[in-house]
Amino acid sequence: MNWLAWKMLTGDAAKYLGIVFGVAFGSLLIAQQSAIFVGLMRRTSSQIIDITEADIWVMDEAQQNIDEIRPMPETRLHQVRGVSGVQWAVRLYKGLVRCRTSDGNFRQSIMIGVDDTSLVGAPRSMLQGSVADLRRPDGVIIDAAGYRQLFPGQPMELGRTLDMNDRRAVVVGICDVTPPFQTFPVIYTRYSQATLFIPAERNTLSFVLAKAKPGVSIPRLCRQIRLATGLKAMSWDDFFWFNVKYYLTHTGIPVNFGITVMLGFIVGAAIAGQTFYLFTLENLKQFGSLKAMGVDNLHLIGMILFQAAAVGIMGFGIGIGLAASFFEIMEISGQADLRGMYVPWQVIAITGTAVSVIVTIASLLSLRKVLVLEPAMVFK
Amino acid sequence: MKNTPTASSENSDKLAKRAAHDTHAVICRGVTKEYGTGETRVRALSGIDLDVDYGCMTLLVGPSGCGKTTLISIMAGLLDPTAGDVVLLGEARAALRGRKLVKFRAENIGFVFQQYNLLPSLTAAENVAVPLIIRGRPRAQAVKRGAELLEAVGMKDKTSSYPVQLSGGQQQRVAIARALVNDPRLLVCDEPTAALDARSGRNVMELLKKTTVHPDRAVIVVTHDNRVFDFGDRIVSMSDGRIEKIEVSN
Repeated sequence: MNWLAWKMLTGDAAKYLGIVFGVAFGSLLIAQQSAIFVGLMRRTSSQIIDITEADIWVMDEAQQNIDEIRPMPETRLHQVRGVSGVQWAVRLYKGLVRCRTSDGNFRQSIMIGVDDTSLVGAPRSMLQGSVADLRRPDGVIIDAAGYRQLFPGQPMELGRTLDMNDRRAVVVGICDVTPPFQTFPVIYTRYSQATLFIPAERNTLSFVLAKAKPGVSIPRLCRQIRLATGLKAMSWDDFFWFNVKYYLTHTGIPVNFGITVMLGFIVGAAIAGQTFYLFTLENLKQFGSLKAMGVDNLHLIGMILFQAAAVGIMGFGIGIGLAASFFEIMEISGQADLRGMYVPWQVIAITGTAVSVIVTIASLLSLRKVLVLEPAMVFK
Repeated sequence: MKNTPTASSENSDKLAKRAAHDTHAVICRGVTKEYGTGETRVRALSGIDLDVDYGCMTLLVGPSGCGKTTLISIMAGLLDPTAGDVVLLGEARAALRGRKLVKFRAENIGFVFQQYNLLPSLTAAENVAVPLIIRGRPRAQAVKRGAELLEAVGMKDKTSSYPVQLSGGQQQRVAIARALVNDPRLLVCDEPTAALDARSGRNVMELLKKTTVHPDRAVIVVTHDNRVFDFGDRIVSMSDGRIEKIEVSN
């Protein structure tokens, strides 16, 4: 019977493609917009994602995200180091700095100041130079996308100079980082160097990165740090979600993308549902004939569900394929705004669920018509 | 007279026992059919008594709206009568319900429709094979049997053609082959010549007469095409929901 259902479905190529297009369009819109949303949320926590050496991030109690930083006095580092169960703890600076190039170009940039000794917090993926070069005087490592913004159209080479806060910096390395939420260049330097590149402040310690001793429970150590220092201490994972939650609750991003995803769902459901319904209506006589010839309602339900599943799987595959191709093309073309975005499996699963709902709605509308169909109508 | 369900059931049983021993494929007694309720109620059939015999072609004739289609729908097990008893191929119609009725139709009744009702995306042979596929026969086997049946109705060279590539007469031949593929004991044809020109209509009726009439099969043809009346063994004339006369052909 599935063969018969398939033949009926594909018999009218225009209608069949119309239904598949509806589902594919819905899938594309849902997957693409959800993936951009997830990508943006990941970007809000890009620096957290990139620093994996530490188990725990320690910050001021009042801090609500990774960008609005209340600097702490240097003594906080020693307090954290003094907590039992901490294997090591290092400083991290994060802030914004204005960068100027010799040709007069300038960009606001994200500055990351990593521990002078251990270089914990330095980028992991180097395209040119090495992390150890940060130890060179005035040395900075810049991310590749930021390099292109600061030195547009120029070949990627080391040794170029920048001016930050009237201080000279030399590019000693080019790295690859998780794209940040603001599409600013990301500049890495030593902590001590960073404090010179930024305008003078009384406190400059943004975060303390800590590692737990082997066998020590990280949530327990976080509690101990909080109790001992009065600072906020979170595991890598908790801080990531804490930051994402802030953007979810304090910005219009989820509402905006939610509306687009909902529109994708509604448009997809409307196109697929209506076309599938019309397709069934036009085939009502055929279904009536099949009923007269001895096909029971159970088999007719099976046929319609098979047809719905077939268009659902095809539309879903095309939609996800188009969404993935879109991000791949953006990546290849070097489009900075969508760099590093992809369709994660969770988005594929959500899209799959949405498509299932779309085709279920479409088939339910049609099923009703077929189930109440009197086989005697074939003689009318 | 309106029958109570118990009385109707008893009558049906008696009729069914009788039908098992005689030549009647379909027995209708006091069959009435009403549509709608209250003031909108319309009576389509009024107390029809009719026997349809094996081995002959029975034509149901009459003007539009006289109840022909309602009567064959009831005789084909597609519609329930409001009152009266029907025995189909020895089985009381009242006892055939739900999946049992669907299975009964699939196994015993063949249909030829006015508009052929072929599936446009299937070839002629595949269309003929549909009733076999419905009954669970493997597709390849069913299509092979479909091609054989097409040969029997003179469509050997059209087995791979799609309905859109066939003339009306050819499509009706395919529909006849489809109706016969299950070797049904009752063949119900609804205006098989209505959409055809005179010549094609006669050809189709000749084919029906030649290939379908069989000692173990009853053929009922609904028509108002008087050009084909001479093909019928019995002509049942209807008017206003009643049987007006029954003529037996020589």
